[in-house]
Amino acid sequence: MQGYLSLWDEYGARIMESFWTNLQLTFWAFIACAILGTILAIMRISPIPSLRAFGTAYVNIFRNTPLTIIMTFGVLVLFGVFQLQLSSDFNFNFFQIAIIGLTIYHAAFFCEAIRSGVNTVPLGQAEAARAIGLGFLPAARLVILPQAFRGAIVPMGNVLIALIKNTTVALAGSVAEISGLMKTMIEYRADLGVLIFLTVALMFVVIVVPIGMLVTWLSKKLAVAR
Amino acid sequence: MSAPKQSVLFDAPGPKAKRRILLLNILGVLALLGLLAYLAIGLNSAGQLAPEKWNVFLKGGVWSNFILPGLLKTLQAAAISIVTSLLFGFIFGMGRLSHNKVIDWVSTIIVEFFRAVPVLLMMLFLWIMLARSGWVQPQDSPFYAVVIGLTLYNGSVIAELIRSGVHGLPRGQREAGIAIGLTRGQSLRLIEIPQALTAMLPALISQFIVILKDSALGYIINFNELLFNGKLVGTGNSNMFQSLVIVAAIFIILNFALSKLASVVSSRLSSRGQI
Repeated sequence: MQGYLSLWDEYGARIMESFWTNLQLTFWAFIACAILGTILAIMRISPIPSLRAFGTAYVNIFRNTPLTIIMTFGVLVLFGVFQLQLSSDFNFNFFQIAIIGLTIYHAAFFCEAIRSGVNTVPLGQAEAARAIGLGFLPAARLVILPQAFRGAIVPMGNVLIALIKNTTVALAGSVAEISGLMKTMIEYRADLGVLIFLTVALMFVVIVVPIGMLVTWLSKKLAVAR
Repeated sequence: MSAPKQSVLFDAPGPKAKRRILLLNILGVLALLGLLAYLAIGLNSAGQLAPEKWNVFLKGGVWSNFILPGLLKTLQAAAISIVTSLLFGFIFGMGRLSHNKVIDWVSTIIVEFFRAVPVLLMMLFLWIMLARSGWVQPQDSPFYAVVIGLTLYNGSVIAELIRSGVHGLPRGQREAGIAIGLTRGQSLRLIEIPQALTAMLPALISQFIVILKDSALGYIINFNELLFNGKLVGTGNSNMFQSLVIVAAIFIILNFALSKLASVVSSRLSSRGQI
């Protein structure tokens, strides 16, 4: 117990700082992947074949690529080969590249979440929208998507939860986040290995489990009554 | 499955709409070609399309020494993890369906915990601790860490799948089982879970894709799988871009084939009629 408390004295500030990085990665990547994912979903349900093909290709490629490769690509290719500099600050540069990687990967899943939401919208809704003279985009914006988002709460929540956990893969993108710190701590204090793991693991449980409950609650509260 | 449903989001186009769609389609094609051209020109001016960067992959040595052994390790880890995850999922799925409150609670806590913890954390922890514990050869520690980490996470997801699958079955199935004199456990094992598994087969195959993809996390803990070896090729031949593209392409092809299998199974099952 004494040893565990001394660990907090030594690493406490860095633990919080690193975990805060994971939460920041989650925040920015979720906003970005929601925007990109929605655009892709609109492409995939649109009447224009070339846009549909692009959306489908995007989803099939990035949903089937391991996130680890995308993150490694960011650091070894975008930065290593093409010298991508989004920021003059070395660490902030990797942070931003990691956000791009997380966004590209999760946008494919977000797109599919929206599409599954679109599938919950009854055909009559689209027909009614057409009957009152709405074109594809107005119908999508005013009738289909508002219902689709509400029907897609659970899959969107799953994307968010996966994203929170996947921010740890930013370790492969040279970001100073919690899994890298956990590795350092366990290597340094192997006698406390189990406690260190449980501490970091519980930090995720504390974030992820309530979000899961919130998602379930929201999905019931916002469900479209039919 | 979803395709015919979605096409009705817009009406059968009339002559005016047809022209508009054609115009937008041409613009879309042009924009995509522009994007491709932009990428190609960028890559070319950075020297990344030079033949010598790609020719490396025409040599047998690169494949026989790096790519194929790495692929073999990836497939091995994934295959073993699939089997152990199914076992784990079966045991804890039964646990969550148990009428014994203690077993139910313990299973729930284990399943919820491992579903909420990032796989990478488990792998890092297991990797370092296994290497130090002396239970496995230190050089084998990454492999065990990958397999155990994947099993704990995906096994928990499968346990949930089995539980929700059994809950989705008509009540009559269990009642019939009990009526012919089976115990609760026998009815679960012999009647309910086999049906739940069949109904859950597409979701199960999707989970196998997750296992295959997440095995690449082993790269971070120095497991000599496909991505790890691909990086070695890239470092050795200074063609990191090309190597990672090849590795990604192999993963995409494998996962795409698995996801096609999932949709074939799913359409077979849905055309099989009510169970």
